[in-house]
Amino acid sequence: METTTLEPTAPVKLTAKDFTSDQEVKWCPGCGDYSILKQVQTVLPDFVTEKEKVVFISGIGCSSRFPYYMSTYGMHSIHGRATAIASGVKAANPDLTVWVVGGDGDLLSIGGNHFIHMLRRNPNIKLMLFNNQIYGLTKGQYSPTSPKGTVAKSTPYGSVDEPFNPAELALGAKAGFFARTLDRDPKHMQAMLARANAHKGTALIEIYQNCPVFNDAAFFIFTEKETKKEEALFLEQGKPLVFGAGDSKGIKLDGFKPVIVDLTTGASKDDLWIHDETDKTKAFLLAGFADNLETHFPRPFGVYYRSERACIEDDMAAQIDAAKAKRGKTALNKILSGDKTWTIV
Amino acid sequence: MESTLETKASRPTETREVDSIVIRFSGDSGDGMQLTGMQFTDTAALLGQDLSTFPEFPAEIRAPAGTIAGVSGFQVHFGSKEIFTPGDQYDVLVAMNSAALKNDLHRLKRGGVIIVNIAGFDSKNLKLAGYPEGSVSPLEDNTLDEYTVYKIDVTKHTKEALKDSALGMKEIERCKNMFVLGVLFWMFDKSMEFTLKFLDEKFGKKPDILSGNITALKSGWNYGDNTEIFTIRYKTAAAKLPAGIYRNIAGNQSTAIGIIAAAEKAGLPVFLGSYPITPASDILHELSKYKANGVKTFQAEDEIAAICTAIGASYAGLLGVTTTSGPGLALKSEAMSLAMILEIPLLIIDVQRGGPSTGLPTKTEQSDLLFALHGRHGESPLPIIAASTPADCFDAVYEAVTISIEHMVPVIFLSDGYIANGSEPWRFPTEDMLKPINTMFLTENNNPGGKFLPYKRDNRGVRPWVKPGTKGLEHRIGGLEKQNETGNVSYDSANHELMIKLRAEKVAKIADRIPLLKTDSGPEKGKVLVLGWGSTYGAIKTVMNELHAEGYADVSHAHLRHMNPFPKNLGELLHGFDKILIPEMNCGQLLQLIRAKYLIPAIGYSKVQGLPFDTDEIKTKVLEVYNSK
Repeated sequence: METTTLEPTAPVKLTAKDFTSDQEVKWCPGCGDYSILKQVQTVLPDFVTEKEKVVFISGIGCSSRFPYYMSTYGMHSIHGRATAIASGVKAANPDLTVWVVGGDGDLLSIGGNHFIHMLRRNPNIKLMLFNNQIYGLTKGQYSPTSPKGTVAKSTPYGSVDEPFNPAELALGAKAGFFARTLDRDPKHMQAMLARANAHKGTALIEIYQNCPVFNDAAFFIFTEKETKKEEALFLEQGKPLVFGAGDSKGIKLDGFKPVIVDLTTGASKDDLWIHDETDKTKAFLLAGFADNLETHFPRPFGVYYRSERACIEDDMAAQIDAAKAKRGKTALNKILSGDKTWTIV
Repeated sequence: MESTLETKASRPTETREVDSIVIRFSGDSGDGMQLTGMQFTDTAALLGQDLSTFPEFPAEIRAPAGTIAGVSGFQVHFGSKEIFTPGDQYDVLVAMNSAALKNDLHRLKRGGVIIVNIAGFDSKNLKLAGYPEGSVSPLEDNTLDEYTVYKIDVTKHTKEALKDSALGMKEIERCKNMFVLGVLFWMFDKSMEFTLKFLDEKFGKKPDILSGNITALKSGWNYGDNTEIFTIRYKTAAAKLPAGIYRNIAGNQSTAIGIIAAAEKAGLPVFLGSYPITPASDILHELSKYKANGVKTFQAEDEIAAICTAIGASYAGLLGVTTTSGPGLALKSEAMSLAMILEIPLLIIDVQRGGPSTGLPTKTEQSDLLFALHGRHGESPLPIIAASTPADCFDAVYEAVTISIEHMVPVIFLSDGYIANGSEPWRFPTEDMLKPINTMFLTENNNPGGKFLPYKRDNRGVRPWVKPGTKGLEHRIGGLEKQNETGNVSYDSANHELMIKLRAEKVAKIADRIPLLKTDSGPEKGKVLVLGWGSTYGAIKTVMNELHAEGYADVSHAHLRHMNPFPKNLGELLHGFDKILIPEMNCGQLLQLIRAKYLIPAIGYSKVQGLPFDTDEIKTKVLEVYNSK
């Protein structure tokens, strides 16, 4: 007998427009957030087919208005708590695609505790850290990522505290995925968003984001033609660490010590450090480049580290399934009566 | 309360019938007094006696052994009559060491019975208990002349009974509470059967420990039976409680069960986000056992994350719950306001304890009422439900969940350390007796032809609940002020005022479903109304029974469960009495609300000692108010 199988109609591919809400975007002209919003809306159609299953959660800050501009489900919550709320959403319904948006103040200062605990628990959530090294919405105070000595509204004599190195903090908190990208490099950002999306577990993308009003040009050395080649190092899996005009420089490892070498004066590409995203020790070394302790290193961009492990929402669900399989659901009447009862007539 | 124990016996081992007894088990934190008390209680319960318990333990896990700070007590009041409190004073004090005797003797009834472990009265123990160096033991001087004292070397007898056991000396010493329990079972004519079964379940996999405990228990019983030091045994008949099937239950346990029952009736899985805190942690412990029923428990990194994960879970369509005590409630304050303005269901449980700050973590208080009512920034009213007894926690939390889901509003449930840890018999309901809970998820656009309106309200002021994942209803919510109906961000000043009014009206309208307040006992109009709330119920109830029996027919008692909104007829009820007396374990918080709202000169009676009211205290106060001009 002949049978015909009906091919399920492939869902119509969504477009960036499908992810754009009817709300007017109200960031300052020239804000790096516009680019991030655009890239996210551009790549999401590649990631999901059902936008009703997408939830964007944010805290407070300029970047945290993000969910209002997405036509998915979303919540603009309270300062620092987006990661905690998102953890609850994901644990409650693991089928949802959950993204968290936050700034350096929101995620690393007031929300620092929830940030590190989310990383260690590793829910399958995509976490975008918009790092502009300044407090924007409160109008220009230094942030926990501002370099020491930052002169800002609350620090007219310069800040006196050491900033966080977000990559080190995240790796120390057992992040399973850390990548860094730039608002002014749409292609690279899209690639990093895709990598984060493909990673199962908490995927943290730190995005250097320009605040044109309170901290303009903070990252221009990494994005502008004149300096980019010397100051930015783009990581690629399995490729040597090369930077500089005409790929003239490389980084090799002398034991655990990174050393910059000049490829034009005899150093060989074969001796260079080959990037391995799965090597946590090297990821820490890359993270340390930002601190410029002895040598001035270029800033690495790309995937520093990735390693998949169990996600908390899956483990929670597995425990429940195992308990159900082993003991079965206890009937409500049994719960109400407990084990020890007596009768009064 | 009348004394129920006679101390002078005419002949050896006479058996007396008594209608109620209060026993206080008192010892070092490591002596196992809580377990001993619970075993005695469960046995009394299974024999059909009414009862009320009061565990009292120090905040320190193991304060230095032998000191006053390390004394852990368990009080049980049981008998054949109706019992509403653990008792003001005890008939029997079991003191395992000098510190226990010193700490608890003052509440033993004159003529009461003391059972002491004399091994706890050597010079070292006396010194640890704070008796001056070289002073005579209270067992040897005339301190205890007014009492009947049974001196037993529990430690020695336990060691002798277990001399052939495979247990080490430390483990043998741990069995001494079972010896004492055996003596008490004999003395109060109670079967060891229940405890034997309990031990078998607890230590079934450790045969040496099991047999050691059983031997100690039976040796205690035999000691009572064979030695001639005891002159009286006591018998209590089963209580004449309403017919039905009962279990014994503590407040935290009935709170946990109430949540599970309500979730099942609402058709929602439970998600508990919690951070451990005394005295609320037992709810987390209890709920974490119910994985097979789909309960998700999440031990968060702090109190804020605890409520925020619960908010996330509620947003995703589960029954979000968070449990805490006073200091934790303070930390949750900002998130409570978020949940309030989001208008999502959320159950917030505050098991109150002595405050402010860390205060008295293991002691009880009712001092979070005003915080629950007002402790949020902005105009942020929330419904508040307060439980009155350990078993009532079930009904009260069930109602809290019902209101939260059906009115799309976070609800604060107030319990306190006294009823959370105390227990009583509970004529538990069966599933079919529980009221249905109406959970409604919107799946279709409520504005046909236009955009979905997430903040469009029904005639009760309630907005729809939409689960993320629902196609076509994608929308954004948040803590910024919303435009009416659309939920879009709006800074419009008139809209802000309107939204504040709409949210407040929604909470106020909950009064439409709350039953009118009736007196618990006494007439609806009269001379004095004692208005209580929360855990003062048992003490007031006991006083009322006494006063009514003594002929004070114009004294009444009404008890509030709904702290916000109040029952609609509360003002009318209050105005039916010449005087209103409000006893509270705080400095007059309900008093302030009642005076402000109803403009009546209610009289407060406050006790803030970390301890529940004695019935005598309340009775004296009621009579003072009754007799004043």
